[in-house]
This record gives sequence, C-alpha cells and structure tokens, in this order.
Amino acid sequence: MTTLESPAEMALDSNRTRKHWRELPSRVLTRTAVLALGVVVMFAIYVLLGSYTVTIPDFFKILIGLLTGGERIPGASFIVMENKLPRAVIGVMIGAAFGLSGGLFQTMLRNPLASPDVIGISYGASAAAVTAIVIFGATGPAVSAAALGGALGIAALIYAISRGPSLGSGGGNRGNAAGNRLILAGVGIAAALHAVVNFMMTRADIRTAADALVWLNGSLNSANWDRAGMLSLALLVLVPAVIALAGPLRILELGDDAAAGLGIRVGFTRLAVVVTAVALAAVATAAAGPVSFVAFLAGPIARRFTRKASLPASALVGALIVLTADYVAANLAPLLLDGTVLPVGVITGALGAPFLLWLLVTANRKDA
Amino acid sequence: MAVLSAQDLTLKYDQRCVVDGLTAEIPEGKVTMIVGANACGKSTLLRGLSRLLKPASGTVTLDGKDIHARPARELARTLGLLPQHPTAPDGIAVRDLVGRGRYPHQGFFRSWSTEDDAAVQRALEATETLELAERNVDELSGGQRQRVWIAMALAQETDVLLLDEPTTYLDLAHQVEVLDLVTDLNRKRGTTVAIVLHDLNLAARYADHVIAMKGGEIVALGDPITVVTEKLVRDVFGLESRVIPDPVSGTPLIIPIGRHHTAATELELVS
Repeated sequence: MTTLESPAEMALDSNRTRKHWRELPSRVLTRTAVLALGVVVMFAIYVLLGSYTVTIPDFFKILIGLLTGGERIPGASFIVMENKLPRAVIGVMIGAAFGLSGGLFQTMLRNPLASPDVIGISYGASAAAVTAIVIFGATGPAVSAAALGGALGIAALIYAISRGPSLGSGGGNRGNAAGNRLILAGVGIAAALHAVVNFMMTRADIRTAADALVWLNGSLNSANWDRAGMLSLALLVLVPAVIALAGPLRILELGDDAAAGLGIRVGFTRLAVVVTAVALAAVATAAAGPVSFVAFLAGPIARRFTRKASLPASALVGALIVLTADYVAANLAPLLLDGTVLPVGVITGALGAPFLLWLLVTANRKDA
Repeated sequence: MAVLSAQDLTLKYDQRCVVDGLTAEIPEGKVTMIVGANACGKSTLLRGLSRLLKPASGTVTLDGKDIHARPARELARTLGLLPQHPTAPDGIAVRDLVGRGRYPHQGFFRSWSTEDDAAVQRALEATETLELAERNVDELSGGQRQRVWIAMALAQETDVLLLDEPTTYLDLAHQVEVLDLVTDLNRKRGTTVAIVLHDLNLAARYADHVIAMKGGEIVALGDPITVVTEKLVRDVFGLESRVIPDPVSGTPLIIPIGRHHTAATELELVS
C-alpha cells in the first residue's frame, strides 16, 4: 500500500499524494461492497437451495403470486414464504445487529474482548428467558420479551457497577480503566447468571429443558413474519442511532481527553453508544437466542478484511456468519449427523472458537 | 482574539482538592508556560482550562463567556487541546489522524470539504509531516508521532491551543523541535499557546509568560527573566541552584547544584 518513493518526490507532487489519499477510503468501500454482495449471494443460496430447492423463476413466481394474490405453487409457496424467507430475513437482521453491537463495544472500549456475549449481556437474556420457560411455562413472544428485559436489566446493572465513583473525571487513562471495569463486571455477572441458568435447567423436566436448550443455543427455528416485523421496527430506530454515533465514535477512539478537546461530550457519547449497542444485542437475542460468537467475531473479521475498523462491514460480516452458519446447520449438518438439524448457535460456536484462535495467532505474528 | 482566564477556580478529583481558589489569565497572543514540581496541580489546571474537568467552584471563561455554558463543538473551534497520552487507532494513516482534528468544523450533515483538505495540508506542511502523510502512525518514531499529534491539533485551527507536556519521552533535539514549532505557530498565526512543561530551562527560553505553581497555587507569574530566579527554584522545587543568563538566548538558565557539587562562586570564595 505504501509506495516506496523518496519523501522529497512525494512531497513535490502533493496533488498526487492527495489523490492517493482519496483512494484509501475507496478500498474500504470496495471491500464493503464485496461483503454486501456476499450477503446477497448467501441470501439467494439460503432461500433457493438446500433440502428444498426452488428455481429462480419459481421464486419470482411465488413472490409475484403472493403480492398480486395470483397463482400459487403448492408446497413451494408455503416453504419459501413461511419458512425460508422469514428465516433468512431474520438471520440477516440478527447477524447485522450482533455485528454492529460487537463493533460498537470493541471500538468504544478499544478492546477486542468487549462484546455483548463476553460481558454478560447475552447471559442476562439467557437467564431471564430460561426462567420464563421453566418457571412460567412461557413460549414464543413471552420468551423474547423476557430475554429483552433480562438483557437490558443486566446491562444497566453492569454499567452501574463499572461506573463506580469516578468515571468521566480524572486522569488521561481512566476512560480505558472504566472500559476494563465494564468488561470485568460483565464477566463476573456472566458467571453468576450461568449458575442461574444451570440451576433452572436441573429443575426443569426433560421436555421443557430441551426447549430451553434450543433457545440457549440460538436458533432461527421459530422465525416468522411477525417476529421479522418486530425486529425490523427495532432496527429502524437503532440503525439510525448507530449512524449518528459513528462520527463521534471515530473521535472517541483518540482517547477521552483528545476527544473532549475536539468537542465531543465524552460521558454522553459513551452512554449513548452503550445503550445503542446493548439494545442491538438485546433485540437480536430476543429474536433468536444468544447466537454465540457472532458479535464477538464480526468486528475482527471485518477489520481483517477491510483493513480498518468499520461498522457497516461488521454488520455485513455478522449477517454473512449467521446466514452461512444456519445454512450449514440446516442443510449440511443433517448429511453428516443422520438427519439431525442443529441450532445455528452450535455452528457459530464450533466454527467461531477455532477461527478466534486463528485470528489471535496470525494477529500476533503480523501486528504485535 | 481570545482570552482564556480562570476566576477563583477550585478543581477536585473525587473529594481531593488539587487546585484551590486560583485566579489566572492566559495572555492573548503569547506563549505561556505553566511550570512546577510533580503533582503541583499544573496539569490539573490545564484540564480545568480546557473543559476536561468541571470546576467544583469558580469559572473558566473564554472571551468573557463561561466555557461550560458553551456547546462543546463550538468551543472546540476556538480552544484546542493536545492531551498527554492520546491514542492512535490501529492502522490509521497520518493524514487520516490529522484530518480528525477537523471534527469540530464539520456539521451533522456537512461532511469533508475542500477547506478541511486545505487545513490538513497546512497542518502537515507546518509540522513537516507531509512526507509521512500516507504512512501508518504505528510505524513512526516517537518524535514523528508527536509532530503528527501536533499537526492534528493545528488542523483544528483554534485561536487558543493548550498542550500538556508535549515533549515527554522525546530526546533533547526533538524537544527543541516541538517547541520551535509551537513558537512558529504563535509568531505566524498569533495563536495563544499555553504549555505545561517539565523542563524549566526550555520553559524559560520559549515562554513569553511563565506561571509557576506549587501546591495548587500560583507562586509567581510574569516575564521569565523576572520570574525565574534562584529563589523561585528553591521555593517551587526545593532545589538549590545558580541561575545564569543563557549564553544563546539571554533567558534564565538554571544550573542545579545537588549534594555532590558545590557552587562555583562559593569555591572561589574558599580559594
């Protein structure tokens, strides 16, 4: 990327230097476009291929048939419209939400460990959802509501604990210290909530426990249009919030003091980012359960691919991970496991962990 | 034009009072150096002056208006700050980092303009970092990196610039280079500059105005030639010294004595 010319030569031709700079963001743009294309292709594969294959003309026939109330294709119409399409749409939305949530946390706290699944927010959702399933016999939307409430409640608790007496005042590096406290408080609370989940599971009868387990693994099985509609409403509010925060967040990356010097209201911005990131993780978890590792991995993979921390790329990578993992879980895993369809979270977990290790190893070699 | 001043300013961390009832003015169009021993409250004062720390009591005003009553971004167009330890995001290019200094000049819907381009170009030229513009900040040496941060502060194009120990971790040559650069900025653009500096000799040489602090209070202020004396060094640092005219600039030059040496004048007295 850096051309090896003499400094004098580069300084002389400052016009060209400027042009070179103009090209730099465009690399991020082209890479992001590649990711977007990847999501579209994966979406098409997801909907058209697999255990039930639909041809592209048929797909449009189904879509037009539904929109105009015209001819339906028996069987195919139902499978595409009631199963595959809502499932793919929800997959894209939760993937993007998890990706954005992780990206926001990681950028703000300058720590790749910071993601909603590591700092306990997903556990808040899990504990509340499992309690609702086991104790109150809740199903469907009630479980989602419990998960949402649990995630937001635990996030508020973690934030209150990590805040302590002196956040926002004090020396140059206290911002980072506050971030580390947030992560540590989250890890501690996650351990406690893990115990709650285990306790509930041992109390439950076997069938309820099986339901709870599917939810705990993160699954798109209960995807339907109602759920997709609610999720898209939530994202309609949260995505503009992310766009509004992206600019101040770029400045916050320079450290709290430098950001304050550039006219950022550090405390307010930090709180707004936390609230937005938590809300994104909470609604995604409410819709499909805590799909492990997506929020954690989307940011680093996006950064590796575009060579720059980028929130749109994180969202796209998140969507790509969920779609691919669910496709594998629903179509490839049954071939290997005598027809067992896995919840998507099992695949993201199984593929995510080694990938994380690979990232660590290669990152050490290159960057550190 | 911009006058930054503190009236009866009290600054606290949690409950610990660091600066108590201090009144001071950063003279317009001059280079002010704030000096003092470790933990004398000089960095805290700079934080108070730059809105990083909300006063427990008293006010800080810029052109007569309370800085805490102004919108943060509007204030940042007049008052710039380079803190002690800014963080460069991973893999960021020099020009991109310098460009972030333009943030306060951009509106919510107003993105990058040609004026921003020009300001970044001027900042890179002034700090002689133009040839580094496309390099990654991670790859630079300490001195180069500090020049880049100063370039970012310059790109902000404020009338007042506050710098918190901008020469820390730099070797002597780079220290002089940074202070020369700041002086250029003051002389060419008339920027009001206030710097917290450890090195008393360099402070005395580059300052138009010195504020010496001890225990959160101002001990002396004014022209370095009148302020920096053997008595001041004893009062502020608890150090015996000789102060002689700097052979290069004529400004006060402090020669510390210490326990293992005797001052030359006393030696002459003995012999």
